[in-house]
Amino acid sequence: MYVAVKGGEAAIANAHALLADRRRGDRAVPALRTEQIIEQLGLAVDRCMAEGSLYDRELAALAILQSRGDLIEAIFLVRAYRTTLPRFGYSRPIDTADMLIERRVSATFKDLPGGQLLGPTFDYTHRLLDPAIAEGNDIAEPVTAEADPARAPRVTDMLGHQGLMEPDLGFDPVEQDEVGDLTREPLQYPLDRDLRLQALARGDEGFLLALGYSTQRGYARNHPLVGEIRIGEVEVELDIPELGFPVSLGRVRVTECQMVNQFKGSAKVPPQFTRGYGLVFGQSERKAMSMSLCDRALRAREFGEDISAPAQDEEFVISHLDNVQSTGFVEHLKLPHYVDFQAELDLIRTMRAKFEATQEAAE
Amino acid sequence: MTALPVPDTDPRRLALNALAAADANALTAAWSNWSDKPDFKPVRGPETGLVMVRGRAGGGGAPFNLGEASVSRATVRLESGEIGHGYCLGRDLDKARLIAVFDALFQRDPATVETWILAPLRAGATAADTKRKQETAATKVNFFTMVRGDN
Repeated sequence: MYVAVKGGEAAIANAHALLADRRRGDRAVPALRTEQIIEQLGLAVDRCMAEGSLYDRELAALAILQSRGDLIEAIFLVRAYRTTLPRFGYSRPIDTADMLIERRVSATFKDLPGGQLLGPTFDYTHRLLDPAIAEGNDIAEPVTAEADPARAPRVTDMLGHQGLMEPDLGFDPVEQDEVGDLTREPLQYPLDRDLRLQALARGDEGFLLALGYSTQRGYARNHPLVGEIRIGEVEVELDIPELGFPVSLGRVRVTECQMVNQFKGSAKVPPQFTRGYGLVFGQSERKAMSMSLCDRALRAREFGEDISAPAQDEEFVISHLDNVQSTGFVEHLKLPHYVDFQAELDLIRTMRAKFEATQEAAE
Repeated sequence: MTALPVPDTDPRRLALNALAAADANALTAAWSNWSDKPDFKPVRGPETGLVMVRGRAGGGGAPFNLGEASVSRATVRLESGEIGHGYCLGRDLDKARLIAVFDALFQRDPATVETWILAPLRAGATAADTKRKQETAATKVNFFTMVRGDN
């Protein structure tokens, strides 16, 4: 139990002034601007938007600056800010098949319509530190080539036609209002997949990475391969009642991962590939891949699989993936708990007295 | 709520899409170059709020809530009576208001707005997308599966 304390106002004010000083650092070094963070630390901004669950680059960059680069603190700031804004509505579902593609790879299909596009990737770099970057050298303009005008269909839709891949389950447009929203209703287990995907999309990258890795190491083994990863921009459309039609609000960058998993089939379902899905704000394929591994593991109940591993335990995974909740509860332990401790001290003293009395009686 | 119908070729819808996609600076420049600026009054906003962005499980399945995005909106009325609505991603209230003004002007005089505002915006957007596609196309790779013992 936490009992409130009073006092310390001057110390707290001075601590925050000291924080502001340390955040700014050496005044001889130019102050960082949010535009620099957006342009040059873009993947930190993307992570802050994804786990802050708010797509707004300027706000995420400000949060990173304010938190001195502590991303979980920055995500906390973004989550707190979003509670101050009214909700205008729910967008139409984005169409990832109609993406302005910046990267698209498949580990399962060599020859894809639309091709394999590496994009701005760390893959195949040698992971050697490059001192030239620290010197701020001029960077050449990127090479260009004739673009393929053909659409690049989602790989899973292509294989789905042969009946070997689990199809996307259609939905009834009238049911749109029944899409679960964990920002509006408290979670009640067991969850439907829509709520799990929402929680996973804003979950901590490190936590999901570890759980995804655990499934590869044999804790809920389900033989994953990347069907497709695509990164790029998609339109966000909102129905506008006063206009009587939907309009585009602009584009957001997302990363999508289609994980393809072996499934030996069950009494009801023939052997086929099943799928795990990852969709994340910004450019973050590690997160999207981890999300898709966890999504597939959490579908164990649906496929009648044994639930034996942490990654398959819905309540465990979903209750612990949110780093703002986790940090809140872990970090509150450092706040004054003097009354709790006093009570525990009294209890230990009583128990100790009893223990010593028993010892003496035995002698 | 049942989803609204999507009039794919509605000129007003296409105009609003082009305006929302535009850079705020381009809209400000277009407004400052607009001769004979009409008087307008705010009807609602401009104001900033959130839209919950939805995705679909598996890309094409049942919808789920992916996360929110900041959105600004404004409604204005021109002195001549036309009502314009502006919606765009982000927290730029001036941009939302300018979109609303151009939407109202588009109802009054679509040809002029098309020629002087929308056509240049669309050309700029197409050029930017083409450049991005060409940069991505240069990273297209063909993987060869090696026969064992052949390398």
